[in-house]
Order: sequence, then structure tokens, then C-alpha cells
Amino acid sequence: MAPNDVGSTGIGAAVRRREDFRFLTGRGTYTDDINRPNQTHAVLLRSPHAHAEIVAIDAKAAKASPGVVAVFTGEDFKAINGLPCGWLVHGKNNTPMVEPKHPILADGRVRHVGDPVAVVIAETKDQARDAAEKIAVTYKELPAIVDMKAALKGGGTPVHDAAATNLCFDWELGDKAATDAAFAKAAHVTKLDLVNNRLVPNAMEPRAAIGDFDRATGEYTLYTTSQNPHVIRLLMGAFVLGIPEHKLRVVAPDVGGGFGSKIYHYAEEAIVTWAAKQVGRPVKWTSERSEAFMSDAHGRDHVTHVELALDKDGKFLGMRCETLANMGAYLSTFAPCIPTYLHGTLLAGNYATPAIYTNVKAVFTNTVPVDAYRGAGRPEATFQIERLIDKAARELKTDPAELRRKNYIKPDQFPYQTPVALVYDIGNYDATLDQVLKLSDAAGYAQRKAASKAKGKLRGRGIASYIEACGIAPSNVVGSLGARAGLYEAATVRVNPTGNVVVFTGSHSHGQGHETTFAQVVSDMLGIPMEQVEISHGDTNRVPFGMGTYGSRSLAVGGTAIVKSLEKIIAKSKKIAAHMLEAAEADIEFKDGKFTVAGTDKSKTFGEIALAAYVPHKYPLETVEPGLDETSFYDPKNFTFPAGCYVCEVEIDPETGVVEVQSFSAADDFGRIVNPMIVEGQVHGGLVQGIGQALLETCVYDKDGQLQTGSYMDYTMPRAGDVPSFKVAHSVTACTHNPLGVKGCGEAGAIGAPPTVINAIVDALSEYGVTHIDMPATPNRIWKAIQDAKAARH
Amino acid sequence: MPTVNLTVNGKAVSANVESRTLLVNLLRENLALTGTHVGCDTSQCGACVVHVDGQSVKACTMLAVQADGAKVTTIEGLANGDTLHPMQEAFRDNHGLQCGFCTPGMVMSAVCLVKDRPNITEHEVREGLEGNICRCTGYHNIVQAVLAGAKAMGR
Ligand code: FES
Ligand code: FES
Repeated sequence: MAPNDVGSTGIGAAVRRREDFRFLTGRGTYTDDINRPNQTHAVLLRSPHAHAEIVAIDAKAAKASPGVVAVFTGEDFKAINGLPCGWLVHGKNNTPMVEPKHPILADGRVRHVGDPVAVVIAETKDQARDAAEKIAVTYKELPAIVDMKAALKGGGTPVHDAAATNLCFDWELGDKAATDAAFAKAAHVTKLDLVNNRLVPNAMEPRAAIGDFDRATGEYTLYTTSQNPHVIRLLMGAFVLGIPEHKLRVVAPDVGGGFGSKIYHYAEEAIVTWAAKQVGRPVKWTSERSEAFMSDAHGRDHVTHVELALDKDGKFLGMRCETLANMGAYLSTFAPCIPTYLHGTLLAGNYATPAIYTNVKAVFTNTVPVDAYRGAGRPEATFQIERLIDKAARELKTDPAELRRKNYIKPDQFPYQTPVALVYDIGNYDATLDQVLKLSDAAGYAQRKAASKAKGKLRGRGIASYIEACGIAPSNVVGSLGARAGLYEAATVRVNPTGNVVVFTGSHSHGQGHETTFAQVVSDMLGIPMEQVEISHGDTNRVPFGMGTYGSRSLAVGGTAIVKSLEKIIAKSKKIAAHMLEAAEADIEFKDGKFTVAGTDKSKTFGEIALAAYVPHKYPLETVEPGLDETSFYDPKNFTFPAGCYVCEVEIDPETGVVEVQSFSAADDFGRIVNPMIVEGQVHGGLVQGIGQALLETCVYDKDGQLQTGSYMDYTMPRAGDVPSFKVAHSVTACTHNPLGVKGCGEAGAIGAPPTVINAIVDALSEYGVTHIDMPATPNRIWKAIQDAKAARH
Repeated sequence: MPTVNLTVNGKAVSANVESRTLLVNLLRENLALTGTHVGCDTSQCGACVVHVDGQSVKACTMLAVQADGAKVTTIEGLANGDTLHPMQEAFRDNHGLQCGFCTPGMVMSAVCLVKDRPNITEHEVREGLEGNICRCTGYHNIVQAVLAGAKAMGR
């Protein structure tokens, strides 16, 4: 197709990304690439202890160190608010969660390794680092609280004085009596204890922040590695530093991956912004990777007991779960909502289980705060459900795929009200199951298994379904559940006089390719070439408002806001066209970039209308304002519900416990797809993060709260050689409540992959009688499981 | 402070650096070549890979003074004006990048890895990229890109 042909760039086309040229030639602008004139450098001194009182800080030598501009400690921040939490969860009996202050710099007590204690600002980063080493802090160590079960027993000094047993909240969802009744009449009950291992998000770009203050205008600017600059402006401006919006600009330029970890408002952002005024110069801070391990919010970290009740035909009757969720030492921005409203509400999965009850206890420990990481609550829920079903299938000696199929919510049951609050609008889980069985060549498995066996290897095949709830909404509902923010998105579509278009979106792209996908939507709807469309994001001074990117919401929520604005543009353009063409507005049709009087060949192009809007000579000035610029705020009616089914085959060497993922097939239903190339890329990336959780990654604290996995030497990141190429396919049931029919695809892989991989491993090890293995299923764990099983037999 | 003289992307440059300055800092800070990234502090991630005398090197693992007299190519020096190098083009065409942060190091590593190996296998590419971490792409499309780039470079 000719490059100007809209068909080649519209919805559904695998358009190559427009952002790639700058990234491929080294011309991206990430926060650390920005340098402000006369800038200084900040280095944080962090606690080496998990739990300690600060007895004294002597910064004299540091202040005298070459190049040092200033040293600040917790004393300097005493009068400043702590970092706010964006979600207030109420537990049983409507008891509000314990919400302790999260000081910017430690206030008399450190609560995790990496808790910031002091900041040195110097001419160069090396000088700041040298000086930080000269700060003498006298600590009085306290016993560390690390294990959640032990933490809840209390005793010793709790993490926060306000929570004597370290309990943040004790929350429940579902009908307990109905669930217990379901268990009482069950023909079979399957039980499982499992751990959702703590992960470190590890976006490849470490966090960074530059604070700047303009004495002439009184305006602050913060450049930061954020997924949602407007949210940071609100949280930091209104809640921490008391800077009004009109005096605070937040810029999130190119951002090198987020996966949730760059949603939150972090102390360093407030420090550089505040300090820029104090020292009268810009202040820049860039995290080192080892700092990232002890200061970026971690993910997962649930310990769960879960049970499934089945009738004699294998129909699910009920499910009940008890989860301990680690909050870490302080409440990160969205931490309380992850194990509750993004986890408990997902426990129906893809199944018509009539009764579900869950209880979640959130616990403070002397570890890094835990918050959303790709999937956020939904991987934890999916892992519980899908491992449990697999175990049930094994116990009942039935095919795990067919047990799932038997219990799926069927296409004619939508909209479907689950027993855990959500209403699924649409889906077809049988279709994704059929698709994945084909994709993964279920028929040829016996042969592959035999071939593995002939090589002395154990082969296993695992299956898992998932459902995800994306685009968390509506604001009314989440507000009643404790959200302290709205969850809409905003977009302005500005048509310039010569017919080109700039979209200002509150969504933020940090790898998702919005500059391409959103431009495709505009190109498709306005019938203009993509080259005439620019997508602008990431700067609060350019974009009117926004809630940012998380929870796979950008296209479903942010994209819809763009569509709403485009609809307004088209409606206004029709009025202008009607006037120019001397026809009734109702007779104007808009197609392929042309406004035509129905049934005639009289028409005006989009460009002609745009020009008329700005040069309003022959123009309906009495009824229509000049200009062509529309803003919309879109608040979704419901979540969207992508779903899918995955199959994985593994081969295990029984002598060493080494697992090789031989194949991985993913069948997803993301609703309508705008750019299939980008969507597949999102699936691939999510899958590897999920496989990483299942096989390689885990964050380990020792009993003293020392972080054992503090660098890439100890924390195993998935590398190219650890994973296979993937087979991915899609089926489509279009979302019923947004105009694009889209659902979101960013987290699917990370949600569906862990149970798929573990189910495959347990299948491979089933001949030894192994029924469960914890993540990550390292060679050591697998080898040990084999040895233990062998020993138990003798 | 020692002076280093080297050639970067075909241009002779000279800078005064502390003896502890890393090559990557010389490139990013003294020469404002910010395409080379820093993703870790343990020489594990490969975001900083450049070519030093034709070999791929982690620029965070070499002192600036060690590069005295060397010919260094960074990601900024790979394309020919606005014409992308075949490996860059292959990454674009195969969607081998998302956030772009690992990309400069990935591309520079890949160029060295496949040099004179147009028929390199998927397995060899996966093993050969051991020193480069990408958190976004799941490697699938990077591997496709490197295989396609290898073919294109062999032409
Ligand atoms: S910055 Fe990670 S290897 Fe050089
Ligand atoms: S593209 Fe983001 S780390 Fe590779």
C-alpha cells in the first residue's frame, strides 16, 4: 500500500513504530540524559539496617568535604508531610487500615535496608558520594520483623507503634456462610498452600529525578521517571510540599520501562524539588541499580492457603482463601488496593464458582514497600486459582483442560455477576482454550513426551486460564472502596489550521508505543495520514490533565478519551461543513476524511474544514465558535476483562533439576486490536516476566532483614537464553462498553505464565508424586523435590 | 587530571578525566553522547555496550583512561546519517524494542555478535546475547531482529 494510504496505518494494521528511530539512534531523552544549567548532584545515604533507632547523625565532615553544597537529614524534613497513600482500605467491621507516616527522610527510626537517612548535594556525583561516606550515623539496632506470620504475633518493637501486631488491615470479601455451606456439601475438597514470591520490578532504566526552581516566576519543575506525571504533581504538590499546581510542572520524558514501579510518588522526587529551592540550583539524582533494589517498590509477596470445593461431577461449588500480604515498611502509593480490590475481586477467575470467600491480612515488615508490579494482585489471584484447579484435576484423575472447560462461564452467561463484586461484560473462554490446544499441538504431546523420556528427560505440560480486570473504574465505585483519586483519563485533540492534529493525552508511554497506536486511531477516525498526527504526553505544562498509565488502561481508558474528543471534533466539523455546503447538518456524512452532503458529490475535506475553523470567513459564527480543539474526560463504566488460555511444555533433567521451557503458547482475547505487532510484543514481554517469576526471580531477605538479592549478581533476571520463542494467537470478543471495543493487553503474559509453567513442572514431576513446587522453581528446589519424593518412597 | 585522546564516532576527541572515570561517563557526561545507557552497577545488563576498536565492550567496565588511543563507536555513530544500519533497521522492522532503554546496547552487541555470521542460529543468538538484559520485549522479537539483521548485514 502507498505510505499515505490510511488503510495501511489505520486500526488493525501492524504499523512500525514511530518512536523507534529516536531510540535506535541514541536520541531518546530519558531523565538522566537531561542536564540543567548549573545543576548539582544528590546522593542519598541509606540505612544499612532493617530496623534501628537513629541515635545521632554527625554530618560535619561531610559538609566540609570538597564540592559539597548542602547536607540534609530527617530533621530538615520534620515539618514536611510524609509520602501519601492513595487508597484507604477498610477491613472487617469497617475498621480503617493503619496508615503510619512515611517520612521523606527517616525520622528517628529506620524501617528497612535502604530507608533514606540523609542527602548530600554536591557539585559532582562523585563528590556527593565521597561526602555521603563521611556522614557518621549512630544507630541502635532493633530486632527486624521479616516473616509475616511471626510479625502478626507481635512482641518486640513493631514496625510502627500504631500497629502493635504489625497488622495494617484485616479485610474480607464474599459470603462466608454461603461458602462454608458449599464446602459442607462438597464431594471433594482440594487444599493448597502457596507463596507468591516477592519480585523486584527492574525496569531497565533506573529511576531518576531533577528538581529545578525558578526564582523569577516561583515555578518548580520536576523531571522524573514516572508513568503518571499529573499524579505526581498532585501527590507531591498538594500532599507533600504544598506547591499549587500552577507553580509546579512535572515532566516525565522518555521513560525506560515501568511495570508499575514508576507509578508511585517516591521520596527522591520530593527531595530534589524541595532542595532545588533550598540550594538555589537544580538538583539531580539518578538511582544506581543496587539502590533500585532497596528503594523501588517491590511486587507480589503473598502467602496463601486456598481451598476448592467440588461436587461429584467436578463442578466447582466454592472457594475460600486466606492470604497474608506483605506491605513492607511503609504504605506505597497504591499498596493497600493490590491484595484487596485487584486480587480478592479476581478470585472467580474464568469460572462460574457460585460461592467465594477471601480474607486478606496486610502486614508491615522491615522490608522495602510492596506495591503494584505488572499484573498487580491479578497474577497472585490467578496463580492461586489455576494451581488449585490443576491440583484438583490431578486428585480427581481428570484432564485439567476439561475440568476448566466444565466450569468456565459460558458465552451466553454474560454479563456475569461474580460472587466477588465484579461484573464481567463479555468473553469466550472455550474459544481461547480450543485455540491454545491447537496452537500447542495437544495431539502430538504423547510423542514428544516419549521422545523426552528416551533422552532421559522428564516432560511436562501445563495449562492455565486467566482473566484480568483492566482500566480500574468507575471513579464512583472505586471512590466508595477507598480510592483517593478518580480513575478517568483526559485527552485534548487539537486540530491546527492546516489540518494536522496534535493529541495531548494523559496516558504515558514507557515502551507501549502510544505514539504509534494512538496515531493509528486518529488516522483511522479522521481519515488523515498518520504523518499528520502527533501524540504529546508526559508534560503537565502541555497536557491539560491525566491519570497516567497502569493496569493496562491506556487504550481502553486513555484511547477512549481520545475517541470522545475526536467525536466532538467530527460533530463540530459537520456543523461547519453543513454551513459551507449550504446543507442541513443531518445530511452531512463523514467518511475517509471527507464531509459530503448525502447523495451528492458536494464535499469538503477535513483540511478545508480545519482552515475554515481558524479563518472563519464563510462561517456560522452565530452558532459555532471558531477553532477546532476539543477536550474530553472519560470515566469508564466498568473494568475491561481480557482473558486467555496458555500452555507450556517443559523438559526437566532429573539428575540436575534444570528446567528447559520447550514451548509456550498463548491464546488471548484482548477485544479489538489496533496494532497487532505491538500487542504481540506486550504479550512476549509479559510472558517472560511471568516465566521469570516461575523459574528465576525472587527477592530474598535474611532473618535480620538484610536484602540478599541486591544486584543482578544475586537476583536472576531472565535472559535471552532462558526462554523460548513464543506462539501467540488472538480471538476477539469486543469490549461492550468502550467505543473501540478494546480491553488492554499489557499484563496478560505476567498473569497467565506463572501457573502455566508451574503446572507443567508439577506435571513432569508427578511420576514422583510431587504435587506442588514453590516459585521460583530453581534447579535446587526441583532436584530436592525429586530427592525428597524418592526418599519418602523408601 | 589525566588527559585522554581517542576517536569517537570518527571524530578525534580529548578530555580531562579523573582516573576513576568510567568510559561510559566520559561518553555520557563529557561528550554528551547519551545514547549509551547505564542500567546497572555490576556489569550485568549490557545497556552500556559500545565498540572499542571493533569489539563490543561494556563501557561501564572500562576506565576512560584505558580507552586512550582507541577508536570508539557508540549507537550515535552506527547509522549513516538518516539511513539506519541494517541491524537498526531489523530492530525497527521486527519490533525488537519497546522502551528503548536496553536498545543501544542490544544493537551494538548484536552487530558484533553476527559479524560475518549471516547464518547464525536462534540458539546462538540467544546464547550470544547473554550479557544484555531487556525487561520489556521478552527477547522474542529481539532474536527475530538479530537473525534478520545478520542476514541483511551479510548481503
Ligand atoms: S551498565 Fe550494566 S553492564 Fe554496563
Ligand atoms: S526495550 Fe525496554 S528494556 Fe529492552
